[in-house]
Amino acid sequence: MTFDLTTIGILFTAALLYSALLPPQWRGWSLMIGSVVAIYWLQPLSQLRYADFVLPTATIALAVGGWYVTRKPDDDEQKQSWPLDMAALGLVLGLVVGMACFRYIAPDFRLTASRPPNPLWVAVGLVAVQAPLMASRRVVYGQQRRTLMLMIGLVVLLFVFIKATPLVTTVSYVGRTLTGQDTALAGSVDFTWLGFSYVAFRLIHTFRDRQSGLLPALSLREYLTYIIFFPAYLAGPIDRAEHFKQELAGVPEMPRLDANRFTIGTGRIAVGIFKKFVIADTLAIGLSLNPALAEQVNSTVGMWVLLYGYALRLFFDFSGYTDIAIGLGILFGIRLPENFKRPYTKTSITTFWQSWHITLSNWARFYVFSPLSRGLLRRKPKPNPMLIVLLAHAATMLTIGLWHGITWNFAIWGAWHALGLFVHKQWSDRTRKWYRGLKDKPLQRRAWNGFAWFVTFHFVVLGWVWFALPEVGQSLTVFSRLFGVGN
Amino acid sequence: MWGWLRSDGYSWGFYARVVLKATVLFALCNLVYALTMPLPLLSSFSAYSLTGPRTRLPYSNQPAEAFSLTTTNLDAMLATHTITRPKAPDEFRVLLVGDSATWGWLLEPDETYAAAINAANLSVTDKQVQAYNLGYPVMSLTKDLLILEQAQRYDPDLVLWLISLESFPPSKQTFSPIVQQNAETVGDLLGDYDLSINESELEQVPWWGRTIVGQRRLLADWLRLQIYSVGWASTGKDQVISAYEPRRSDFDAEGLLQFEGYEEPVTLAYDDLAFDVLAAGIELTDAPVIVVNEPIFISDGQNSDQRYNSLYPRWAYDQYRTLLRELADENDWLYYDLWDTMSPDTFTDNPVHLSPAGAQQLAEQLQNIILEHGEEF
Repeated sequence: MTFDLTTIGILFTAALLYSALLPPQWRGWSLMIGSVVAIYWLQPLSQLRYADFVLPTATIALAVGGWYVTRKPDDDEQKQSWPLDMAALGLVLGLVVGMACFRYIAPDFRLTASRPPNPLWVAVGLVAVQAPLMASRRVVYGQQRRTLMLMIGLVVLLFVFIKATPLVTTVSYVGRTLTGQDTALAGSVDFTWLGFSYVAFRLIHTFRDRQSGLLPALSLREYLTYIIFFPAYLAGPIDRAEHFKQELAGVPEMPRLDANRFTIGTGRIAVGIFKKFVIADTLAIGLSLNPALAEQVNSTVGMWVLLYGYALRLFFDFSGYTDIAIGLGILFGIRLPENFKRPYTKTSITTFWQSWHITLSNWARFYVFSPLSRGLLRRKPKPNPMLIVLLAHAATMLTIGLWHGITWNFAIWGAWHALGLFVHKQWSDRTRKWYRGLKDKPLQRRAWNGFAWFVTFHFVVLGWVWFALPEVGQSLTVFSRLFGVGN
Repeated sequence: MWGWLRSDGYSWGFYARVVLKATVLFALCNLVYALTMPLPLLSSFSAYSLTGPRTRLPYSNQPAEAFSLTTTNLDAMLATHTITRPKAPDEFRVLLVGDSATWGWLLEPDETYAAAINAANLSVTDKQVQAYNLGYPVMSLTKDLLILEQAQRYDPDLVLWLISLESFPPSKQTFSPIVQQNAETVGDLLGDYDLSINESELEQVPWWGRTIVGQRRLLADWLRLQIYSVGWASTGKDQVISAYEPRRSDFDAEGLLQFEGYEEPVTLAYDDLAFDVLAAGIELTDAPVIVVNEPIFISDGQNSDQRYNSLYPRWAYDQYRTLLRELADENDWLYYDLWDTMSPDTFTDNPVHLSPAGAQQLAEQLQNIILEHGEEF
């Protein structure tokens, strides 16, 4: 399930009830409860038995484990919140087992995509997973840095398994063998782990920030809600934990049925719906590049039209979803960060990446670019600065590329942008003075900006050829058609 | 642009005013739409005039793959078609009307009867023959009549109307969405030609059916059809041709003689089949109409002594041919009975769909018919 109009309508109604009826002190708790329930509700049906129950449960288990290893055991705030944390843990376990009880409810009334496993097994399974972690308190906090590295490794490993088709197919094969299902039908579609890309990056953010001491003390309720907050669960944005904690803290003080909040939230959702369901979905039905069209279209003009269509569709689809997420967040009292700032109007690839999927690029900047370039700068002998910039950009953009899926095409797309960022950095370093000189020549400056926009836009648009298609050969064919070769 | 969404100080009054204004505006738009009925005008605008027209009417159940869709907006369908091109002074315009066989089921656009006729570069009375495929994958004479009526505006010189028994039963006249959704035009035709079809079988459009809400499907289809112009122009594809199960050759004893509502052979009368619709089509067309009884698959398998194919028991089909021949002779219709002219191996998934080679063979027969009669007109 995704954010279709019915889902948005249900969440909007839920927000109205939440604001109007719920006692303020319960709001924070209800966001956690709502998020836990929502991730089961939103998880799409899987043909692999129980997978659509196991995957959201695994998300919750990871989040609870993540909270436990990122705790500051000696922090006063953290100590004080321990009883409430245990209450939250009990509540979450109860919710998960409660979701498993939908096993006994008629399919039409289930909140889960299919019949869940036996609640008793679920309870035993949860305890079996969490208990060893909780029991090894000394190891966890005695060697917290190592534990955090281990958790990062675990999340990355899971990420690789989920995003690499051959690996996930193997997992599906094993799953089908265990459940006695036809292994010939094993495939990556069995393991559509909704929201995991975002969950993984939020988890890594908290692990890294705990290592560097930047992560504030978070209760289990705060941590879990941050990781799986339902408006941002499907398509981001990737908020930062400290910002989310602040927002969550303000929720009880939020005025009941605030007209201002509802106007802004509803307006934002309406804009998102228009972008996603009117513009993007219209473009998607035949005006945007896809693998089938890439094979069939043999005219240069047609291919360019489809490529422009794809670029627009991607923007309106993704930014529309973000608008809906931000709007829903506002209705529930949480201001999520912006993710897009007119990216296609930018005049350099650097500013494009400061305005396209901003929270993802910020994440990559914080946790890949900065540490890597700092690390390289500290090396003795110090490498060539150009090499440092190139390596840092390459690692950052490859991370962003592979985050979308572990394929050659996403890797090339990342490398494409890394090269663009590197070249732009070299260019701007060498032409900064000349560009400043254009300040007094408005016409020339405008002409230059127009040219820079044209180049930037087309660099990004051509990059989408790698992004939109699953195979390198197919992308090369599209490139050749775009430039009139081999028509 | 969305700065207003970041401002503060909105009241419930503001919220209510926005909702109220939006509601009033929406209602007003629907009212104006219902009063002006702009769909026909809108449908006359077509992106295909920019990207290149289609060579057959849009029809597909796999829109995204075929760059085509099934809609019931006949104006919009015709606006996508090559038939809208201005008629050249030296053009001899031939329309092919019929069912899915004429439309070209399982055939690429350049393999249809019309395409094969055009490829032959025929000339009659010093004019270049230009054939237009106005077939549509529904077996119903009323559907053909509707298309024929609409096509009159394109000034045909000759019409080839390819028919088969399956298009004649009364139950087949009004069942299709294209007939139901064009009930007003069909109703006019029923009145004008005193046809025996029961008008009550046609859907009555409720008052809200004229509003934007009521016509949202037609509007969305129109928009999608325009969008598919790019895919069509870029690929030349309008149908997904996939593997199919070949037409049946063997028939079970059960239901062997069944045809329409009849379980056993009966004597068919003119009124049992929609011959009046056929007559109306010939009458309403200014240009000469040549009626062609299209080829069918003739099985030699199990129980084929009772049944020609999965569609037709012998008793019904033989009577149909006799009745049609008698009527054609009586009314001096130009009539060709090509029912047994194709070999069994030229049929694909059903008893009237031809393979590319079969379509080419039939097109050659149609070319001869055009040449034979073209000079007379």
